[in-house]
Amino acid sequence: MRENGPLTALEAVTWPRLLVSRWPWRSLVYLVSTLPLGLVAAALTLVPVVVLVTRWDAGTLEVSTALVLVVLELLLVVGLGPWFAPALARSERRRLRWVDGRPVPERPRPVDDVSATTDPMPSRYADPATWREVAWLLVLATAAPAAAVAALTFGLLVGLYAVSPLVLLAQRPGDQPVALGFWSVSTVAETVPFAIAGIVLLPVVGYVWTLVAGGAAEAARRLLVGAESEIRAELVEVSRSRARLADAFDAERRRIERDLHDGAQQRLVSLTLQLGLARLDVPPDSRAGQSLATAHDQAKELMTELRELIHGIQPQVLTDLGLPAALAELADRSPVPVEVDAELDSRPEPRVEYTVYFVVSEALANVAKHVGAAGTVRVTVRRASRAGTVTVEVSDDGPGGADPARGSGLAGLADRVAVMGGTMFLSSPPGGPTTLRAELPCGPEGAL
Amino acid sequence: MTGISVVVAEDGVLLRAGLVGLLERFGFEVRAAVDDADALRAAVASHDPDLVITDIRMPPTHTDEGLRAAVELRGAYPGLAVVVLSQYVQHSYAADLFGTGEGRGVGYLLKDRVVDVEEFVDSLRRVCAGGTAVDPQVVGQLVRRQDDPLSALSARERDVLGLVAEGHSNGSIARRLFVTEATVGKHVGNIFVKLRLPQTDDTNRRVLAVLAHLAGQGG
Repeated sequence: MRENGPLTALEAVTWPRLLVSRWPWRSLVYLVSTLPLGLVAAALTLVPVVVLVTRWDAGTLEVSTALVLVVLELLLVVGLGPWFAPALARSERRRLRWVDGRPVPERPRPVDDVSATTDPMPSRYADPATWREVAWLLVLATAAPAAAVAALTFGLLVGLYAVSPLVLLAQRPGDQPVALGFWSVSTVAETVPFAIAGIVLLPVVGYVWTLVAGGAAEAARRLLVGAESEIRAELVEVSRSRARLADAFDAERRRIERDLHDGAQQRLVSLTLQLGLARLDVPPDSRAGQSLATAHDQAKELMTELRELIHGIQPQVLTDLGLPAALAELADRSPVPVEVDAELDSRPEPRVEYTVYFVVSEALANVAKHVGAAGTVRVTVRRASRAGTVTVEVSDDGPGGADPARGSGLAGLADRVAVMGGTMFLSSPPGGPTTLRAELPCGPEGAL
Repeated sequence: MTGISVVVAEDGVLLRAGLVGLLERFGFEVRAAVDDADALRAAVASHDPDLVITDIRMPPTHTDEGLRAAVELRGAYPGLAVVVLSQYVQHSYAADLFGTGEGRGVGYLLKDRVVDVEEFVDSLRRVCAGGTAVDPQVVGQLVRRQDDPLSALSARERDVLGLVAEGHSNGSIARRLFVTEATVGKHVGNIFVKLRLPQTDDTNRRVLAVLAHLAGQGG
């Protein structure tokens, strides 16, 4: 997204342009930030273990003390872990974005788990997400900083190797030999193999950092986000945002219609009327009279155009009177004879109404184009309140063979229906008849 | 043709002002110009006009307030001529309105028609004289969606049928089509025979018969 390349550090490892990208540096930041975070995590969780290990190491560990320490450790992790793990997990989620371009949702919660928000106490221990966070806390206290330290040390060493001749050159005679990892060197000549190794290994550092950071981030994501819940959350979010977009478009369309109708159209009618009146006071064959006549006629044409435009945006009859009237009007405009049978006990939501209208309007246009005025069309609209659906069916006795793949506007229609969470069926065997049927969710269940 | 008293109901300020100007220009006496249906009822009660011109769609619900008021007023004041203005063609509207007072003194016009000033005023006068005025577009849609019975008509006869349905007399139709009144009479006769409608010279009955025929075919 940002770099038009890989989305995560782990993906970036196999990317040819890794070394010239920002990924190694992002990874470095991630690795460095692992250290303080890991320190905090260790301080919160590992004190009894550290005590245990130190004592055992010093040979002063008694069995009873060991038992106490183990119990203490368990209590710390199991009892208190769920309380401070979420805070650390939150900073980890924020940190993840440096090396992971995928969206990192906030802590996922079961959708139907209302108690999760009202009563944190039991749900904190009952929620599997909490225990994943505790698990991450332990990783953060142990493996993550260890890996980070290893990767950073490697980078530091390689860097040191690469510049070791310079270090030696900067030395005054008689200084201590310079330690390079397991070896130490005291002359510039000795540093040459190290410098060569350092320069050769320098690119590897980028890969190691990215790989380690990517691996840690992936582990963090697995534990903190959860692959499945993430996909589910993303799907729900995508559907929701699609529905929101469609809603926003609907609202915008209605607003434009209203604005045009209340503003431009009213003014234009008034203007045209004034022109019509002015015509009466001027001799029709005078030059002024002719200009006025032209202006009046043009204004009238513009009125018709504007009316058609507004009608195309959002038919006013639909807004005012609902589907039966709007469909009857649509049938009147169609060159093909249309029978409309629309029985609705109440008006569906505006966007459902508009979608039904849109389906019928497109279907009639298709019929007029492919079947011609010879056929007859039957439009049926029904509302099944219990099922929470509105069904619209348009059938014609034309030659059939309609194919959504051939770009007959049917695909766009199906999209329009799908946005509403509805389904569209098309039956059009060669020889006809063709039936287009759309089922749209409606009522409270309809809202996604 | 002066001295016809009018009450106008229209919620659009500009159009209301335009209408009032237009009416006064042609010698109508505008007694009140209001912006909703309740005010219309009150104005008719206090001003007792000859003619009411009302928008169908007015506050508060912006659906059919004006029409319901018109139908009511037609019941309360027999002889009151009413012209309703609509933003779009709506069959049930027309049917409701023409069901009152045998369809005499009623008009149903699209708002856009107002700008054809002289024809609009002509329609108003026809309605005030007890006639009927139906918007050409309403008639046009009715005529267009009938094919079987109307396919027997010639193009000229369809034109004449449209004008008959709009409420024009034979003389008026003749002037519009630039033919003699006798020719129009012949066309009308042919139309009525082809559509099997009862012959009548009363322009008003004729309109209603044609409208009923067209609407009946539609349902």
